[in-house]
Amino acid sequence: MSAGDAAVAPAGQEELLARFDALVAGGGTVEPRDWMPDGYRRMLIRQIAQHAHSEIIGMQPEGAWLTRAPSLHRKSVLIAKVQDEAGHGLYLYSAAETLGVDRADLLDALHRGQQRASATFNHPALTWADTGAVAWLTDGAAVINQAPLCRTSYGPYARAMRRVCQEEAFHVRQGYDLMRALCEGTPEQRAMAQDAVDRWWLPAVALMFGPPDTEAGGAGARTAAPGAAVSRRARAWGIKRHTNDELRQRFVDQCVPQAERLGLTLPDPAIRWNEERGHYDFTPVDWDVYRKALGDDTHWARQRIAHRRAAHEDGAWVREAAAAYAAREDTVPEEAA
Amino acid sequence: MNRTREGAPASWEVFLRARRGLAHQHVGSVRAADPDAALALARDLYTRRGDPLSLWVVRSDAVHAASPDEHDPYFAGARHKPYRYPEHFPPLTEKGPEGDDHE
Amino acid sequence: MTTTSDAPAEPATRRPAAAAAAGGTAPAPGGGTDADLAVHLVRLGDDALVLGQRLCQWITRAPTVEEDLALSNIALDLIGHARTLLTRGGRLDGSGRTEDDLAFTRSEREFTNALLTELPGGDFAVTVARQLAYTHYAVLYYEALAGCADAELAAFGARAAKEVAFHRLHADRWTLRLGRGTPESARRMRRGLERVWPYTGELFDEDDVVRRLAASGTAPSPAPLRPVWERRVAEVVARAGLAVPAPSWQARGGRAGLHTEEFGPLIAELQSVHRQFPGGTW
Repeated sequence: MSAGDAAVAPAGQEELLARFDALVAGGGTVEPRDWMPDGYRRMLIRQIAQHAHSEIIGMQPEGAWLTRAPSLHRKSVLIAKVQDEAGHGLYLYSAAETLGVDRADLLDALHRGQQRASATFNHPALTWADTGAVAWLTDGAAVINQAPLCRTSYGPYARAMRRVCQEEAFHVRQGYDLMRALCEGTPEQRAMAQDAVDRWWLPAVALMFGPPDTEAGGAGARTAAPGAAVSRRARAWGIKRHTNDELRQRFVDQCVPQAERLGLTLPDPAIRWNEERGHYDFTPVDWDVYRKALGDDTHWARQRIAHRRAAHEDGAWVREAAAAYAAREDTVPEEAA
Repeated sequence: MNRTREGAPASWEVFLRARRGLAHQHVGSVRAADPDAALALARDLYTRRGDPLSLWVVRSDAVHAASPDEHDPYFAGARHKPYRYPEHFPPLTEKGPEGDDHE
Repeated sequence: MTTTSDAPAEPATRRPAAAAAAGGTAPAPGGGTDADLAVHLVRLGDDALVLGQRLCQWITRAPTVEEDLALSNIALDLIGHARTLLTRGGRLDGSGRTEDDLAFTRSEREFTNALLTELPGGDFAVTVARQLAYTHYAVLYYEALAGCADAELAAFGARAAKEVAFHRLHADRWTLRLGRGTPESARRMRRGLERVWPYTGELFDEDDVVRRLAASGTAPSPAPLRPVWERRVAEVVARAGLAVPAPSWQARGGRAGLHTEEFGPLIAELQSVHRQFPGGTW
């Protein structure tokens, strides 16, 4: 099914656009061969590719601890989790391909720095507790971010996300469970857990939800504007369902009581319950905070891409062998042993 | 195959029978150079949980479909034949539609 | 096709194993069948653990994301096997050690995995060659174990044999693709086979522990499985357009705790977090 054949239907652009808008406004699902506006296609490709890249780059910080997990149970859990991330990357690349792009091109764009993964993973996983903090906080943020995407307007993306979300729930729980074990352990283990939370809170709360896009979220009217414009368009097309700042608030509301139960302190002195709003207050993620969290152009940001590129280049001869074999043996299935 | 670039494998659609009694359902796609590799990858990717029964892979470019411009000639005819539905006819019980065939 | 849980313990025709010479592998004197079985299960568990650890080192570095997924699937199964085997071993030897005690607190001299499983990664072809050798052996061995009298062990053998059978498909598939892919991949595959083949013999070694277990029908010896193994791997290698190497020597020592120098760093990495937090709970 070549995905890209947007139909040149016997209708004019305007009529097609009107039909598309009506479909999306009515909560309908857009399927690969439907006509869609170029901007919609581009926004989706960008978002899905970034999401897919984030899954496979996100394997690195945790993957680095697979060989060091301190119990065989935790090792098994971590393998299963990192494996899910590879799987999520693949679901998402295949959703992106229905829009007429080739995964090899998307990977090239990642390797060349033209497309990016979430900046969350520009941060290093320095201790074992980081694997717990990443799962509890950044996967927790991802679930909040992604749950609405299960109803996103583009069918293949929504279907991929339904699979992803089912599996992410396991990630968050195991992360919390890992942190709980550390917090109930020796003082040194607790200290390791707190240190990891101190370092992962900001990437989670800032980067997993994207830049501020409302004044309520802490951006000034002027600085909120660019984020808000993108956010509004994404919502009009049914790609997104909520503003970044709404989802960020939901995340904070969820984490604060969890951290309390663990006996860990979230590194934000402004966190306190606001009776009037019915939400926790926290230090607004304005553009300054956001930029500080980005960690662009650091050793680790470069290392993530270098690691990925090295794997790709080292494996080139293997992929060439597989392609050469397939070309030679074309379609003669070997006997399964 | 329209993706002949070196090292870029073909795309395969994956169908899974998730449990006994269900038909194979389309679950997504994988990329692989050949059918055996595609099947194994589909197994790793789509059957990590549950107790699946069977898996098919079909080369994506082997799926033949009506194009969107052919939508109306193909499918519009289905809409206007109300007499294909039981609701088009009076129910068979005395009690009217509410009593028809309900437990 | 199977094997031989009831095969007579045919005397090893090769050089007798260096086992019992050193390390923690000598059966506890007078410890009886349980002690022997403990030694044997810990060996098998160490094979699975160490090979799983080597495969974990691939993850995020594999030739494709699909292969990251495939290798992690295999690693996950292997760690599962290690857990079952080490748990049982720790119970049987009377030491009360858990799977984690065995994995994370023994010194490298106390590990009894075959050297094959600990060889450093090398390129993808070396990994495929090792997987080919190990999975064909492990399917045969676990199938044999599935026929043993101990119900728990038999059930484990049956489950593990099925899992490893999928790993074997993976190894066979890649052996064919690399062997019959490009000249470069064929060259690397040939080199991979040459690299690992001297280390395959140890998988089939018999020592007194194994002989006693086999004689009493407690657990099968791997030695009689070797001809079937040789036939099967030769068949795959031939389909790949390659030949099974005929190494002039066979490496041994792992079963006796005499490891490669590369093994120390592997164990140090495995145990680093666990050892860093004495008294920690995970």
